[in-house]
Amino acid sequence: MKRILQINGRNYALDLPAKTTLLAAIRDYIGLVGTKEGCGTGECGACTVLMDQQPVNACLMLAAQAEGKDILTIEGLSQDGNLDPIQQAFIDTGAVQCGYCIPGMIMTGKGLLLTNPHPSIAQIKEAIAGNLCRCTGYYQIVAAIAKASQAR
Amino acid sequence: MKDFQLFSPTELEEALDLLTRHCGQMRILAGGTDLLIRMRDGQVQPETVLDLTRISALHFLRQDSNAIEIGPLITHTEVLCSPLLNQETPLLVQACRTIGGWQIRNRGTIGGNLCNASPAGDAVPPLYVLAAECTLASRRGRRVLPIQAFFHGPGQTVLAPDELLVGIQFPSPQPTPLQFFEKIGQRKALAISKVNMAFLGWTDQEGRFQKVRIALGAVAPTVVRAVRTEDYLVGKRPTADVIQAASDMIETEVQPIGDIRSTEQYRREVSGELLRLGLAKCQKEEHG
Ligand SMILES: Cc1cc2nc3c(=O)[nH]c(=O)nc-3n(C[C@H](O)[C@H](O)[C@H](O)COP(=O)(O)OP(=O)(O)OC[C@H]3O[C@@H](n4cnc5c(N)ncnc54)[C@H](O)[C@@H]3O)c2cc1C
Ligand code: FES
Ligand code: FES
Repeated sequence: MKRILQINGRNYALDLPAKTTLLAAIRDYIGLVGTKEGCGTGECGACTVLMDQQPVNACLMLAAQAEGKDILTIEGLSQDGNLDPIQQAFIDTGAVQCGYCIPGMIMTGKGLLLTNPHPSIAQIKEAIAGNLCRCTGYYQIVAAIAKASQAR
Repeated sequence: MKDFQLFSPTELEEALDLLTRHCGQMRILAGGTDLLIRMRDGQVQPETVLDLTRISALHFLRQDSNAIEIGPLITHTEVLCSPLLNQETPLLVQACRTIGGWQIRNRGTIGGNLCNASPAGDAVPPLYVLAAECTLASRRGRRVLPIQAFFHGPGQTVLAPDELLVGIQFPSPQPTPLQFFEKIGQRKALAISKVNMAFLGWTDQEGRFQKVRIALGAVAPTVVRAVRTEDYLVGKRPTADVIQAASDMIETEVQPIGDIRSTEQYRREVSGELLRLGLAKCQKEEHG
């Protein structure tokens, strides 16, 4: 069935089977592969995107449920070739190792800063509790989000 | 995942018509944080799916005279952010705060948590002690059931195949009583409860309990009340000795199951510990 998805400010008209998850639509049909699949079952947060500014697991919803919503993926963060402050903060803090969890981490961090521009460390930790990282031990990731919150 | 036919009505009446027409063949989808996992691994393979998320009549949160009414599509995040629920029922807010991670709370709904009927569902014990009622609707009409009558057993509700949960309501617990929700899981975030507990206690001027309700989840096939411990507490002030005795009592009163997540003995001890912890915290808040 024809679906119209609004992703990173652009409308995509796609012919999708009903079972298509938002994650599959973004990666397999649109080809935006920055959003990752880890577990596919809501445990790891690698697939996190913002829907109307709220972080959601793209693996746990149907693409059809995202119709009419404003979806932001990692590819939509930079503006005119300039990285978003949170992306820059992840680089500056050395918060990236293998990088697999990072798009999800950054989108959750972005969602947090949109709802709460000056979070405490405890609030940062609570926000990213649904994002797993096998590499960094989280310390630099928390520091990066804290740094991004000071950048504005 | 097997493909299916998807319906996304915007009107409740239309949804009820569809359920009647596809009676027994149709799966109901809300936030999808439970259902889509079961569909993905092939446990459920519906022919048709009814997406509720566009029905605004199921998405409300209101206070009418002395009752609070929650629409099934209210998400855990919306519970956390509601000034009304923070004021009146902090225990429900505390419970929803422990569910999943932020992403799960943004999608997972109260209705889904109930209809899932997991013995460990964290929103359920608070609704037990709040004496909530569930409103079910179908083309045949509506019925209102006390929450304990809504559950059949683990994973089972009394919902007929053509029925939807359309509302959850409970009396406002004023004057604001002592209340808490506590949970023990494998770890802090994204963990299914091994034991969870909701407590609601009304006290008199002297701080003596007049009425107490305690509900425990994950210890039995469905949520259970600890009636003997509730009775013990009535007429007493929650002093250190009383808290100790009540905790000992609840450990003997609960009849936990042993399963993959923990043993029976462990669940017993944790039940006592949660009561001790929760009451001690309430005490601290009371005295500044
Ligand atoms: C990683 C992860 C962590 C989780 N952690 C927790 C936790 O800590 N505590 C906890 O309690 N749960 C937890 N859950 C389970 C789940 O997120 C919650 O139970 C959530 O509230 C389910 O709501 P939903 O809207 O997503 O349900 P859905 O998956 O949409 O539906 C669940 C079931 O209810 C039925 N249903 C939904 N709404 C209605 C309705 N109005 N009428 C009739 N039937 C209906 C559906 O048909 C389905 O069978 C977790 C899940 C994941 C994936
Ligand atoms: S891939 Fe979606 S949460 Fe892991
Ligand atoms: S950087 Fe490798 S998983 Fe996080």
